[in-house]
Amino acid sequence: MDKKDFHVSKVSCSAEPLIYDDSKCIGCNRCAEACMADVLVPDTEKGKHPVVMYPGECWYCGACVMDCPVEGALRLVHPLMNRAKFVPVK
Amino acid sequence: MKEYVWPYSNELGERTVDSADVLVLGGGLAGCYAAIAAARHGKSVILVEKGATRRSGSAGTGFDHWESACTNPCSKISPKEMAEAYVDEQDHYSNGIGHYIECREGYDRLLDMESFGGKIRDTEDEFKGAEFRDDETKLMFAYDYTNCYTLRVWGSTFKPALRKELQRLGVKVYDRVEATALLTSVVDGKKRGIGAMGMNVRTGRFMVFRAKATILTMSRPARVWLFDSDMPGICEFRPPQSIGSGHAMGWRAGVEFTMMEKSVRAEMSSAIRSFPPYGAGNNHNTWYGATMVDARGVEIPYLDRDGNELKDVSQRFHPAPGQKFFLKGGVIDEPKYDYRGPETMSFDKLMERGYKLPFYADLSRMPALERKAIWGMMVGEEGKTKIPILQNYTQRGFDPEKHMLQSYGTGWTSAQFLDQERQLFGAPGGIITDWDLKTNIDGIYAAGDQLFASDCAGHACATGYYAGRKAAAAADSMDFIEPSETDIQAEIDRLYRPVMNDRGYGWKELNKAISRAMQNYCGGIKCEENLREGLDLLESYRNEIVPNLHCENPHDLMRTHEVMDILDVATMILHACLMRESSSAPLCFDRSDCPEMDPERDRCFITIRQENGIPVRGVIPHDYFGDLEEEYEKRNQDYINNGRR
Repeated sequence: MDKKDFHVSKVSCSAEPLIYDDSKCIGCNRCAEACMADVLVPDTEKGKHPVVMYPGECWYCGACVMDCPVEGALRLVHPLMNRAKFVPVK
Repeated sequence: MKEYVWPYSNELGERTVDSADVLVLGGGLAGCYAAIAAARHGKSVILVEKGATRRSGSAGTGFDHWESACTNPCSKISPKEMAEAYVDEQDHYSNGIGHYIECREGYDRLLDMESFGGKIRDTEDEFKGAEFRDDETKLMFAYDYTNCYTLRVWGSTFKPALRKELQRLGVKVYDRVEATALLTSVVDGKKRGIGAMGMNVRTGRFMVFRAKATILTMSRPARVWLFDSDMPGICEFRPPQSIGSGHAMGWRAGVEFTMMEKSVRAEMSSAIRSFPPYGAGNNHNTWYGATMVDARGVEIPYLDRDGNELKDVSQRFHPAPGQKFFLKGGVIDEPKYDYRGPETMSFDKLMERGYKLPFYADLSRMPALERKAIWGMMVGEEGKTKIPILQNYTQRGFDPEKHMLQSYGTGWTSAQFLDQERQLFGAPGGIITDWDLKTNIDGIYAAGDQLFASDCAGHACATGYYAGRKAAAAADSMDFIEPSETDIQAEIDRLYRPVMNDRGYGWKELNKAISRAMQNYCGGIKCEENLREGLDLLESYRNEIVPNLHCENPHDLMRTHEVMDILDVATMILHACLMRESSSAPLCFDRSDCPEMDPERDRCFITIRQENGIPVRGVIPHDYFGDLEEEYEKRNQDYINNGRR
């Protein structure tokens, strides 16, 4: 089989499921290793957080945040349309 | 658009060949337990998982209750009683074998889990004194507190514990490898499974696995009717990579399926209509027993099966007077009178009586330990709740003592779908097996979600383990058989064509077209002409589009393979629908050209398999599995007498 180069660029999505805090992330890539859908691709620059390459393929399970060693370095947020409402009890 | 460097090696054109006595395809709960069983029985084992076993599968981030653990010390229901109740409740379109294994061996698997480091009881005494807790064993129960057969568990601890145990037992785990096809050979005139093929989804390396016995433990099909190209990750209930590849490769290899004509009006798709599972106000499943109120704050009454209003929260968790036990759980929707448990008044009656929308779940009105069991334990341990629901809602300020959570639609699904938006939910079709969980092909076994009428996590673990031990026993009398290089080359050609094409169709376009075709030709109402139109259209996709698919890296190639599998599964479903020439209430199956409902002649399992490219119809009577207890005990004396391992 011929060797072909691989290409990848970020796929656009109307939602942003994962938000990194650059000041806290240590670039350990544990989130990328935990993700079963493989939506995160390690940055080739050491110490940087992975690229959310396939945001639309996120299952919103939270495995990445569960395995993150630094609290607050990574946040998972549901798409806006899925934000359920709560109100004070009556 | 910025292009990134692919960070993994490029291994296109490279091949790994590996062998083991037992090969397990799929590293969710069922696959992990299958591998553990085979390894405990002294076999070399390979497990192949498309994600990363530590957190992959439908229960990767957890699950909150384990159904039908009838041999736990507090259960008042026997495995036989429970499994027979399921068979009756499901009008005999039921996997008696799988259910009985779940009821009989499920608790053994929980004890295994505890020994691996998973949490199955309230060891910290957080819930001491709660009605749902047995203070001696510290086990906690859900649904029916009188009979104690379903346990609340800390499922977020389970997958990492299983991963460690696999390592301890020396199981060779191939993470990030998708299984793509079964390898078969004909031995003495009979087809036999001899392994499988696959691809590393990061490097593109081709994999060949030789095995004496192979176990299919992947998921039921998904994205057949429902697709959203913006958020494909949440257009189904199960994870995006769990799309039924095991069914597709089984179909291509000639494995026999049943009930594939069954589909239900969709219940869960948070890309399309519903809210995140367990993340909106409701009183089902994880939230069972929650107090519901209307817009004015007026409490919605719970009724027993006779329509009597229940006076307090505790009564929601006990059978009605004169009833031994009730059924609740993942595959039970509206049970028959015999098994019907407490439920809130019907939506129509509430409207008649002037209750006002929207409704809310109001946990503040419940006893503190009941509230804490739902919000904090169950919501927290159930998959997809620890971070996305419990943590996020808490950060947004939700306090279950002070707030009530809005409900959407009329039930736990938090949405109303259209009739043509269908899903394989509520005990769908799948592989039919014998009492060894062996398929119609020697050397190929199935467990968990790939079995027809499969159930929840406990079912996956129990049937996985059972298949693992039966496959291990079978491997003793099998030899390795060398796969044919022609078969291997054909698979290589099939798999790598999209990455070799310089341009072409993307996987999303094909998935969208298949789901549109299935909504149009295999929706709520079916008829022969429409089903044949559907087959014709899918065939044109197979001939014209599949050879012209295109992608740029192994990740997209994996997604492309998934859609090629969806095409095969959709084809099987259309054929299965043609084979049932009547309508059926339990199968949610309406044929406008065959409106007769459940005629005696068709009260059976219609099976389907592919032989030389032609779909073959078979018939198997209901209850083919015989007396569940007797048949199980005939075949499992070794297990019963050897410490249930």
